[in-house]
Amino acid sequence: MALQEKTKILDKIALDKTLERIAHEILEKLKSVDDLAIVGIKNRGAHLGERLADRIEKLAGKRPDVGALDITLYRDDLTQVSEQPVVHATEIDFDIDGRTIILVDDVLFTGRTIRCALDALIDLGRPGQIQLAVLIDRGHRELPIRADYVGKNVPTSLKEVVEVRLTEVDGKDEVVLCEKV
Amino acid sequence: MIMEKKTMWTKKDLLGLEHLSAEEIELILYTAASFKEVTTRQIKKVPALRGKTVVNLFYEPSTRTRTSFELAAKRLSADVINIEIEASSVKKGETLIDTGRNIEALKIDIIVVRHNCSGAPNILAGAIKSSVVNAGDGWHEHPTQALLDMFTLKSKLGRIEGLNVSIIGDIAHSRVCRSNIWGLTKLGAKVTVCAPKMLIPEGVEKMGVRVTDNIDEALKDADAINVLRMQFERDGATAFPSRLEYFKQYGITNERLKKCKKGIVVMHPGPINRGVEMSSEVADGQNSVILEQVTNGIAVRMAVLYLITLAKEARR
Repeated sequence: MALQEKTKILDKIALDKTLERIAHEILEKLKSVDDLAIVGIKNRGAHLGERLADRIEKLAGKRPDVGALDITLYRDDLTQVSEQPVVHATEIDFDIDGRTIILVDDVLFTGRTIRCALDALIDLGRPGQIQLAVLIDRGHRELPIRADYVGKNVPTSLKEVVEVRLTEVDGKDEVVLCEKV
Repeated sequence: MIMEKKTMWTKKDLLGLEHLSAEEIELILYTAASFKEVTTRQIKKVPALRGKTVVNLFYEPSTRTRTSFELAAKRLSADVINIEIEASSVKKGETLIDTGRNIEALKIDIIVVRHNCSGAPNILAGAIKSSVVNAGDGWHEHPTQALLDMFTLKSKLGRIEGLNVSIIGDIAHSRVCRSNIWGLTKLGAKVTVCAPKMLIPEGVEKMGVRVTDNIDEALKDADAINVLRMQFERDGATAFPSRLEYFKQYGITNERLKKCKKGIVVMHPGPINRGVEMSSEVADGQNSVILEQVTNGIAVRMAVLYLITLAKEARR
């Protein structure tokens, strides 16, 4: 399957501004950062989680705990995927009991990844509450899941793919809408 | 541990390390590192193998390996059946292949087999569609033990390539030794085997190892040693005059360790004969990673069961 780029949804500046806005919204909604912890879903969600934590630290003067969650072992399509997902380690070195967890991912699509992440998180403890922050919401939900913080809503067709590229992984910051050809 | 995804697991079975590539071994070790994190959680269970069934078919006594496979399968949410040969139809004369086919007819997914005959898992794997994992066959191979030894080594010293690893003890009767030689040499370690001449099999140097019957030679320059059990229940008993004599000449003691590289890693696949292969001070000492090996065994076996299951689903 080849991908053809159609439109740029966010460039570097717009991506920075979007994350800044989400950081503000989180602080506005939560009032206190004492119980806050940020957990990104590997791979790109984890990097976005780090960036959000940096911004919250600047705004609130205190850095929330940050962790990264690998959801491979919780996927409901392990028996269907043709490519073998590589299992990575979950890196959450703090107690999540009673905490307010902001779960972070790059693209919200069917909701199945988030379902896995919720299962994976709850196996690690009993958070006080879990909220969801995503950079892009592209619709097409297959489960009753919604995000508390959305960077940008992008209506898409099922033939399209949203590619989030981050400096840490891809060498540059941008979000591009592509089409399978 | 950082790894580029160079390879995929495609094999139905894990029968030994002889026919695995270095990339496949690295993939297992990398995957095991992720599973190690799972074993440190409060809830040590993930749903990856839900609905799968693993059968432990052990024709030889084993506590460590069987328990380790059972825990590994359970932590992946698989169901586990243990078949005790003493209480089974094997005692009525059923052949290995018939036993395997009957177990398979119960709609299971993986058979973990230990057998006193070399090659038995290969025969079983050829006769059934279910996956077979070798948990030790005769003097042939014990792949998951060697994998957990390498995993422990890698987590202690950060690498395997270029390390000097000496395997000391009953080389002739050891499947652990054979699997370790295959695995370590593939990953680029320099392997030395050391034993009394009676316990060195002919032609072992063809496996790409240095051979010596001098313990000082084997300990000099070693980054790690893997000390094998003297197998008194097998022929080992007749190969040496007495246990005390063996301990004097080959036993690992604090005095001998003092002359070694600082930070030398001491491994033993267990069960230990204290005062034969090594002294109690060494077994319980700072350099010993013997209990870590046992802990790591679960993560390594989880990785093996997981990769085999995934590959099988991909073939469907």
